[in-house]
Amino acid sequence: MELALGIILGCCALGAGMAMIAGIGPGIGEGNAVASACEAIARQPESKGSVTTTMLMGCAIAETTGLYALVIAILLIFVAPNILVDILVETMQAL
Amino acid sequence: MKKTSLKFKIADIFFIAMMIIPIVFGIILKVLTTPASEGISITGARVYFTIPLPIQDLPVTESQVNSALVLIVILFFCLFITHGMTEKIDLKRQHFAEMIVEKVDSLVNENMGEYFKGFSPFIIAILALSAFSSLLTLFGLYPPTSDINIVGGWAVLVFVLITYYKMKCGPINYLKSFTQPVALLTPINLISEVATPVSMAFRHYGNVLSGTVISVLLGSALGGVSSKLLGWLPGFLADIPLFQVGIPAVLSIYFDVFSGCLQAFIFAMLTMMYVAGAFDIETYEKKKARKSAKNKS
Repeated sequence: MELALGIILGCCALGAGMAMIAGIGPGIGEGNAVASACEAIARQPESKGSVTTTMLMGCAIAETTGLYALVIAILLIFVAPNILVDILVETMQAL
Repeated sequence: MKKTSLKFKIADIFFIAMMIIPIVFGIILKVLTTPASEGISITGARVYFTIPLPIQDLPVTESQVNSALVLIVILFFCLFITHGMTEKIDLKRQHFAEMIVEKVDSLVNENMGEYFKGFSPFIIAILALSAFSSLLTLFGLYPPTSDINIVGGWAVLVFVLITYYKMKCGPINYLKSFTQPVALLTPINLISEVATPVSMAFRHYGNVLSGTVISVLLGSALGGVSSKLLGWLPGFLADIPLFQVGIPAVLSIYFDVFSGCLQAFIFAMLTMMYVAGAFDIETYEKKKARKSAKNKS
């Protein structure tokens, strides 16, 4: 019982941590987007407003994949252990 | 400037009071229902009570109550800034109201085109609701936007609008659009159709929720640091929150104010883009012209 509980909790935490590896992608992508926006503003300072708006939009869309990972990590930390432990307790009682 | 009458002043005070009372009510409700707890706690929305219904019980949660409070605040804010509107501007707040309307009109016109002129009230409504909901964290209340049910509801509304404007060119055109460019890609098109509201909901809710989680974690970490640093001192000196003062506020400016307003803006922008992109105005005009020609003959 203790072993099963430990495996459940440990693997949930491990999975949450591994899910957040996906944070690398949006980081690189947003960095590229902001770098290009800086270049564009340096070349054409008068277009600052529209470039900034477009960049923020692009950043928000690039962020989505990272947020999917975040949602999965949050589910694994806060929701999954309760459900899995309940299932474990039920199976132990059935045995 | 014209001298304001007593009746006008009383109405003003009433509007301002109705803007503050819901927030105070929310804080009181939160203080009364939150059990005292030690250490960090990250919980979802608290369920105040459940209404028994035949199919499924309807829980009334903190996020529903808070979003209703936000609606009341926005309503009275609008009444306040449009109060005493005259053709000859003699109140400062009228400039503010006109500025908001003009900005939103130009934004909608720029992003959606002439045909969607009537959309600006909807866009500003969703923008204000989202921004004010996220800013509720400044009062220590639970922000409704960090609950996926609330944001998911808005995303479903946007999805219905998108589908409506796609259907406007006829259901056959709508079904045909899934087989573009090749019929083989139909399942992928279906997935991307469903992914639109899901990604909109997750984007908004994930951003606000991650800010909350990081703020709580940082608060507890700073508490640990200051108790390590000052814990050896005698008496009350050990309990001085040296690091908890100030540093979380800086983070709060980013996560609560900047991120909340930015996400509201992005949600509104994406709504505009998706709805405008869903409507093929050329096909619609052609169809309309054909229909009117048929009616004439």
